This record gives sequence, structure tokens and C-alpha cells, in this order.
Amino acid sequence: MSTTETGCSSTEPEVTGGLGYDETELTLGLPGAGGSRPSETDRKRGFAEAVGLNLEAASRGEDRGARSSDSSDGPVSGAVKPSAAKAQVVGWPPVRSFRRNALRSCTYVKVAVDGAPYLRKVDLEAHGGYEQLLAALEEMFSCFTVRHYPDERRLVDPVNGTEYVPTYEDKDGDWMLVGDVPWKMFVASCKRLRLMKSSDAINLATRMPQECSNK
Amino acid sequence: MVGGFRWAAMFPDEVWEHVFSFLPADADRNAAALVCRAWYRIERRSRWRVFVGNCYAVEPAAAVRRFPEVRAAAIKGKPHFADFNLVPSDWGGGAEAWVEAMAEGWPHLEELRLKRMVVSDDCLELIARCFKNFKVLSLVSCEGFSTAGLAAIAANCRNLRELDLHENEVEDNCLHWMSHFPESFASLVTLNIACLEGEVNVSVLERLIGRCPNLKTLRLNHSVPLERLVGLLHRVPQLVDLGTGKFAAQHHPELFSKLESAIAGCKNLKSLSGFWEAGPTYLPAIYSVCEGLTSLNLSYATLQGPELIKLISRCKNLQRLWVMDLIEDDGLIAVAASCKLLQELRVFPSDPYGAAQPISLTEHGLVAISAGCPMLHSVLYFCRQMTNAALLTVAKNCPNFTCFRLCIMEPHTPDYITRQPLDAGFSAIVESCKHLRRLSLSGLLTDLVFKSIGASANCLEMLSVAFAGDGDAGLHYILSGCKNLRKLEIRDCPFGDKPLLDNAAKLETMRSLWMSSCSVTLGACRQLARKMPLLNVEVINERKRGLPLELQPDNCPVEKLYIYRTVAGPRSDTPSCVWILR
Repeated sequence: MSTTETGCSSTEPEVTGGLGYDETELTLGLPGAGGSRPSETDRKRGFAEAVGLNLEAASRGEDRGARSSDSSDGPVSGAVKPSAAKAQVVGWPPVRSFRRNALRSCTYVKVAVDGAPYLRKVDLEAHGGYEQLLAALEEMFSCFTVRHYPDERRLVDPVNGTEYVPTYEDKDGDWMLVGDVPWKMFVASCKRLRLMKSSDAINLATRMPQECSNK
Repeated sequence: MVGGFRWAAMFPDEVWEHVFSFLPADADRNAAALVCRAWYRIERRSRWRVFVGNCYAVEPAAAVRRFPEVRAAAIKGKPHFADFNLVPSDWGGGAEAWVEAMAEGWPHLEELRLKRMVVSDDCLELIARCFKNFKVLSLVSCEGFSTAGLAAIAANCRNLRELDLHENEVEDNCLHWMSHFPESFASLVTLNIACLEGEVNVSVLERLIGRCPNLKTLRLNHSVPLERLVGLLHRVPQLVDLGTGKFAAQHHPELFSKLESAIAGCKNLKSLSGFWEAGPTYLPAIYSVCEGLTSLNLSYATLQGPELIKLISRCKNLQRLWVMDLIEDDGLIAVAASCKLLQELRVFPSDPYGAAQPISLTEHGLVAISAGCPMLHSVLYFCRQMTNAALLTVAKNCPNFTCFRLCIMEPHTPDYITRQPLDAGFSAIVESCKHLRRLSLSGLLTDLVFKSIGASANCLEMLSVAFAGDGDAGLHYILSGCKNLRKLEIRDCPFGDKPLLDNAAKLETMRSLWMSSCSVTLGACRQLARKMPLLNVEVINERKRGLPLELQPDNCPVEKLYIYRTVAGPRSDTPSCVWILR
């Protein structure tokens, strides 16, 4: 049962029957749940699974599950056994997004990107603050990278350099810049998110530059 | 053959067209078209229904040119694993190219069914403008459009019979889209808006359905409150298929009896779904129609076992049941006792990612159903434990399975009693079920199960594999056997280059192959692409670091691979993370 040897250092360890599972099991701290922000070193599986992975983590909506990177709970559990530290595998079990979303809490909001036809969803309660949310958005739209400015962060499409500013619609129907209000107030009032081209976002409610509004 | 005798000319073309109209399947028409030039010509001019299983398998313009009289088209886009977030969002599957070609060449198009495609509002507007006799729009698992696009459909499609929106991601930016149906519009037979998230103007909806005497299917979204359901049902007592809105409200005896009588008033009701947030309070309001139900979808209702049992035991004529695993083994035993006509069962996980409280849904439930329901042929079952013995019993009880999808939620789970792989169990399924067309595997599996599948699954058309197998042999068994295989999707299995290259020709007999997180290298993909010009070999690599793919060495691992046969050559709409190898 030989498998191809590869020289790339990014090769994943082989998934062998059963016993190799814990080697390839994803270990990750949930964003904002006391663990570290997901970083490259935490990811044993560095594929685009990371995009979906964060969605899975984000979509759980509660803070059970993996808190730190030590979540190897053994390869198999035959009997039903609640496992407190369970790593998420992207797209598994195979439950359609629509069905997953339908059983979610109402802090689940849609995320739209100007100019792109697809919608995604993110559970605001799953994140502890703006940092984690932005990281989640970065994962969700993996084509973007985060560019740091003195008082804000923007998402950038590296292909054409277009900057996107995260904005949201609040309960009053106004479009605001993400990061303006304290986090908890934001979670309570945010109806949906939109990554707006920064050139279009000029007319949005601006904030005082001195405010440290991201905690 | 007698030289020079043109036997096709024995009859006028119209006679052959009439003969062809009795051919039930596209495959049969395809075969007829290959017999001779005359039949090719006659068949193509008389085909009015076309199914394109992979939107990139043929150029839209070519399809439109070949079959100029098409009235009904169905097209599928993204690979199935897109449902589980394995396919990048910008991968493709856009509908514009098809809609534009159809608008040009099929102005008489009446029916369009799209699945897993990206459909923009522009597409919907084009459809609304260009097809004067448009009757049926069905969008399943699509995205990219908003209620503004639906407004265009409502406003312009004067003869619309079906608007069927199933599990789409729809942006809500036009609250009053339904008001765009003109007052004179009365032709609806099917209206399914269950996937819409926004508020629905129920008064507008009431007026709309009130003037559609042929309405048979109405599926509401969860924003429609229970109180308003009563009024809606009074307007459409002829309903056959109802999807409720929110099925919960404060307990109110008056509302209960109104609801009960409104539902009882729908004497033709055969199918019920919706039940968002349903609780035990109002469930008995539907008891009166249970006897007549053939289809029941409770899979969005977090009802517990006892309530479910009380309800389903009344549904003696049920053929299709979709439910959550909260029904547990006891509930399934009750179903097995009551629903003797059951053909299709789907049991969905209420809590796929955690295991907050263990749910007592095990292999026993599945065995009970297999024993009690002789007409069962299609199963989707999510559970946490399984045994080979149970699968052997199921296989013996149900030799008529056409679709068997078992998802044991923890990867690599063995038989929990013997600790053995589940090879024996699944082998029994494929050996017993000679008409099996679709199979999904799970649990701990070695190459042995693939040996059985390759050898026995002669009718198998679609196979889904995850976290299984030991090595290349597993994939080789599948690709060298399974003579009717059309779609193969694999994730997280140790399958490498050799079986792909050894079975390259097989890939041209299939619609598509998906492999992700396996052991395939770039070099093998390059070889495959060179060897098989009629395949698109798409390598999907979402990690942005390192060299671009063209400069990567042959031994570079491939994260995701999507191979499909095509006569259209490489597509031109690939995003930056997709490379089509040549």
C-alpha cells in the first residue's frame, strides 16, 4: 500500500486506517474563547480547510469544544461519548450549509462582499471581539489579506489592491463602520455585514480617530 | 446491411419523431442519435428536454445549436462537495454563459432548473425578459441573487407556473418583491419560498394565492407566523403540498381550533414540511390529515421522540420521512410498526459538531426500519455507532436499496462491539443490493470494502468516500470495477497517483471525480492532463504561499482535484486558486 513520497515540507501525514487520525486531527483554539487565535502553527491541516474550518468553529455559536491546541481525543470512539475537546474537520459531518444555518442562533449574520455574488454567514457570538471577527472574515474570504492601519484594519484583495472596509447595518437600518462601538453593543445591533469597497465607504458614519474602538 | 438502402427513409421524419417521443431517458435518445445521420438529425430537432449534469462539459452555444427546439433545460454547476464548504466560493458555476446562450437560441424556453450554480440578478432579469412563455423556474442550492431578481421574475413572467426556491442563499433587498406579480397573474401551481430569510408580506401573499386556483404547492418561510397560516390555508383548500412557516405560538385554544379546522379543510394534502420551531402545543392540529400524508419533513423541527411518535404513528401511508435524530431508536421502531409503505427515510443530526447529550439513535433504529418497511429503498442515516452485524441484517432485509448513505459522525469509527472495520457490513450491502445506484461510506474501512464495491456494485452511479482505505489499491478497485460509475467524490483517503494513471480511460466514462486531502501529486495530474485531452484536470490550491503552480515540482501535493470530462476544453472563468492543467 505505498503512497507517493513527496518532498514538499507541507505534505500532510498520511491518513492511515484509524490510528493515524490523531496525527492529522485538526487542533485549534476557538476564536475568542480563551484560547489563542488560530495561527499557522496550530493548523496541522493547512489547506483551504482553514477557510471552512473557521466557519465551522465560528458557526458553533457556543464555547464548548476545543479551547487550546491539545484536543487529541483518540482516534475512535465506538460508543456515544461526549468529547469536550473535539477538533473540527471542515465539511464533516456532511451537513449542508443551509441546514446548519437553519438551526443556528440569531446572532448569525450574513456577510456580503461588494462585487462578489456569494454570501456567507458568521456567528457574531462565536467571536470575542473585532480582532477575531476580522480574522474570521479573512479566513472566510481567503482571497483577502488584512492590511493594518493605525486605527483600523482593512481587507485587501491582493490581485487588484482593492481595499474593503467592513461595514454593518444596524437595527435602525443605518450602515456603520465596523469597530465604531463597543463589541457587545455591536453584536446586539448588527443585522448584517458588508465588505464595502473603501472608496464607497467614505460617506459612512465616521468615528473619532482618538477612540480606541477595537476592544 | 443492404448496400445503399436508406432505411431511415422508410418513414417520414414525423413518424420517427413520434417513435422517439416514447424513449424515456436521454440516454436512449443519445443512443438513437448515434445510429445514423438521419436519426441524428431527426432526434436533435425533436428533443425538447435537455439535462446538463456538468455545466462545463459542453459549451452553452454548442448545446443550444444542437437542440434547437428545447423547451426545458436542467443544468448543474458546482461539485457536490460544495455543499460542505470544500469548494472555494469563487470556483465557478456561474449561470450567465448558459442564460445568455439560451436567451439567444431558445426563446421558447419554458422551464429552467439550476442546481449549485451562481445565479445573478442580471440572469434573473434576462430570464424574465427573454423567455416569453416561461413557466418553471427551479433554483436549488444556488446563490448570487436577491429578492430584487425575484421581483423581475414576478413582474414579467406572465405564465409562470412554478417558482421553486430550494435551499438557496438569497439576499433580501427587496421586501415587496411579491407585490410585483400583476393583479391579473393567476397561473401559479407551485410557490416555494422556504429558503427566504426576510419578512414576507402575508397580505400580498394571501391575495396572490387567492387568485391562483391551480396552486398545489405552497412552502412558506419561517417568517410567516402561525396565526397567518390559518388565513392562507382558507384561500387554498386544494393544496397538495404545504410547507408551514413558524409552527409555534403562544398557546391559544382559539388559534388551535382555527388551525386544526383550516388544515382539515385541505382535503388533498399529501405532503407537509416546514415546522420551524415546532413544539408539542400545535402539532396535534395536523392529526386530521396524517392518514393521507405520503411525505413528511420534520427535519427542521426539534421535536422530541414522544411527540414524534404520536404524530408519525398516525401516518399510515407515509412514503417519505425526513426527521432529526431526536426521534431515537424508539421512534424508529414505532415508524417501522406504523409506516409499512415507507420508501425513503432520512435521519439528520440535531447536533453534528458536539455531543452535548448522547442521543439514543443507534444501529438498532436502522435495523428496525429495515425489518418493518419492505418497500424501503432510500436511506440517509446520521448516527454515532454501527456494527457489521447490523449492516448485514439491513442488507438481508432490504435487497432493493437504490440509495444507501450512512454517516457515522466520527471518522474511522469501527464496529463498536468487535472493534473491526466495517468492511463486512458495507460489502454485504453492495452484494445484496443489486440495484444500488448511490452509496456513501463512513466508519473505519480498509481496502477490502473497495474490493467488494468494485466487484459487486454494477449499478452504482455515485459513490462518496471519506476517511477510508489503506492505499492505492482501494481506489484502483473502484476505478477498475463499478462499470456504471458516473460520480466519484473522495476526501481524506490515502489514495495516490498510481490508480489514477492506471485508470485514466475510466475517467472519460464518468461525469466527474473529486479528490481532496488525498495523496495525489502535481506530476500525476500533469501526466493525466497530457494523456487525456477530453478531461479538464482542475487543481485547486487555496494556500497562497510558495511558487505559482506552474513552477511547482512534480512531487508537489495536490490539495484538491476535480476532474471532469468535457468537449468544451478548459473553461475561461477560473479563479486564481484553480489551475486547469494541459
